[in-house]
Amino acid sequence: MSLLGDVARWFADPEHWQGPHGIPVRILEHIELSALAVAVALVIAAPIALYLGHTGRGGFIAINVANIGRALPSLALLALGLVIAISLGLGLGFWPTVFALVPLAIPPILTNSYVAIREVDRDIVDAARGMGLSEAQILRSIEVPLGLPLMLAGVRTAAVNVVATATLGALVAGGALGRFIVDGLALQEYDQLMAGALLVALLAVVTEVSFGALERATVAPGMAAIR
Amino acid sequence: MNLRRALFAAFIAASVVATACGGAGTGGAKPAVIVGSTNFYEQLTLGELYSQILEANGYTVTRKFNLGNREIVEPAIESGQIDIDAEYLATLLAFVDKDGKIAKPTTDPKETQAGLQKALDPKGLTVLDYAAATDQNGFVVTQATASAKNLKKLSDLVPVAGTMVLGGPPECPTRPFCALGLKNVYGITFKDFKPLDTGGPLTITALEGKQIDVGLLFTSDPSIVAKNFVLLDDDKHLQLADNIAPVVRNALLQKDDGTIKRLLNSISAKLTQGELNDMNKQVAVDKADSKVVAAAWLKKQGLIK
Repeated sequence: MSLLGDVARWFADPEHWQGPHGIPVRILEHIELSALAVAVALVIAAPIALYLGHTGRGGFIAINVANIGRALPSLALLALGLVIAISLGLGLGFWPTVFALVPLAIPPILTNSYVAIREVDRDIVDAARGMGLSEAQILRSIEVPLGLPLMLAGVRTAAVNVVATATLGALVAGGALGRFIVDGLALQEYDQLMAGALLVALLAVVTEVSFGALERATVAPGMAAIR
Repeated sequence: MNLRRALFAAFIAASVVATACGGAGTGGAKPAVIVGSTNFYEQLTLGELYSQILEANGYTVTRKFNLGNREIVEPAIESGQIDIDAEYLATLLAFVDKDGKIAKPTTDPKETQAGLQKALDPKGLTVLDYAAATDQNGFVVTQATASAKNLKKLSDLVPVAGTMVLGGPPECPTRPFCALGLKNVYGITFKDFKPLDTGGPLTITALEGKQIDVGLLFTSDPSIVAKNFVLLDDDKHLQLADNIAPVVRNALLQKDDGTIKRLLNSISAKLTQGELNDMNKQVAVDKADSKVVAAAWLKKQGLIK
């Protein structure tokens, strides 16, 4: 009970909301870090998934390879990312963390996108092909719009995972909300630690809800009528 | 086995006390010596220094290195499983006298040594002369920063710290031997603090990458030599005196004619921070054998032939 009071007092302290180490800056850092990691994963995974989904080949192998990303411990990737970032002169903190987060974000995006394209009604695709649409046109105007909500569901899962895991960045001198957790542990200031954990959880929930709304908004008009 | 040895040692000690009238140096055979150490590179080198100088003077030395941390080594020397080890004044005093009833470590090595001796007396141990070399919190800058801002000692930071970033363990801002102490003792306030690690790879990388200007490392960290960092002198004595000194069992000293004491003190007299850091760098960075490094140093200092 007293810890809850301490956490509330921690949030109420105006000092924690100001300056380069304040809550708003840390939240922005966290969003920036997570958004970049998801964006990089999207750039890597989406083209592969679209190609495989459209042609219907090699999906099983691709998904299983990508799933290795789920199995690799993020902590180990972080350490590896640190070594790589140092050797490339990218410094501490931000880039090693991005390196650790991207493999975490790839599997849900790849799997969902592949399935989203595969699951588009084959009759519609055949009809489009019969009407003389090129393969690129079929992908662009039929498969992607119809599969978009499911693809976004993959991005949502990836984003929530990444937001929760981006806290690791503080271990390699990064900023973001993990700072509160790592510093709270080092200083044995458990109010700060708990506050950091709450902020991360809150951000993850907001991410989840936002993507959920986006998914609903992107359901193709025709599909919405069927539902 | 241990009990038997302890009883034997107690018997020897008792008989020496009972029969000695006018000093223990009865001549004859030199006592066998067991040198111990904890489990990191600096301790192995120090253990080699002590062992080799004794061997060169006719003692039979058994090495019991890498025993573990102080929690293991300190009881080992108390109970006579080892006779000699290299210790750090302030840390050992805080260890053997946890609540500071006998003495509290201070920033003055002489005072800390005297306090430590008081705490060691009931344990039958003697701390010999301490070296100038320490292993304690130190603040370092790169050679480039030191030249550009003309930095040699911590007080030189006072006028320029406002534009500089300090890096160290996350708890540093609230600790008296870190940023808080710099502020209270020296009046140094940095522009910003970057939470990193405790004298580890993050701090070293951040210094090299100019993400921080001043970093907290241990004063005997091998990277100071390897990366050509400048260790700023603690001219107002912020840090507790963790000077390196040999600790020896009284039982051994009583069997000896004073040679052991003289030999170990001759090492401490020559062991400066620079000399220690140079050896640490050879062992930890260049992966040289601590045996070879110690022998070369003793020869260079003219302590063995």
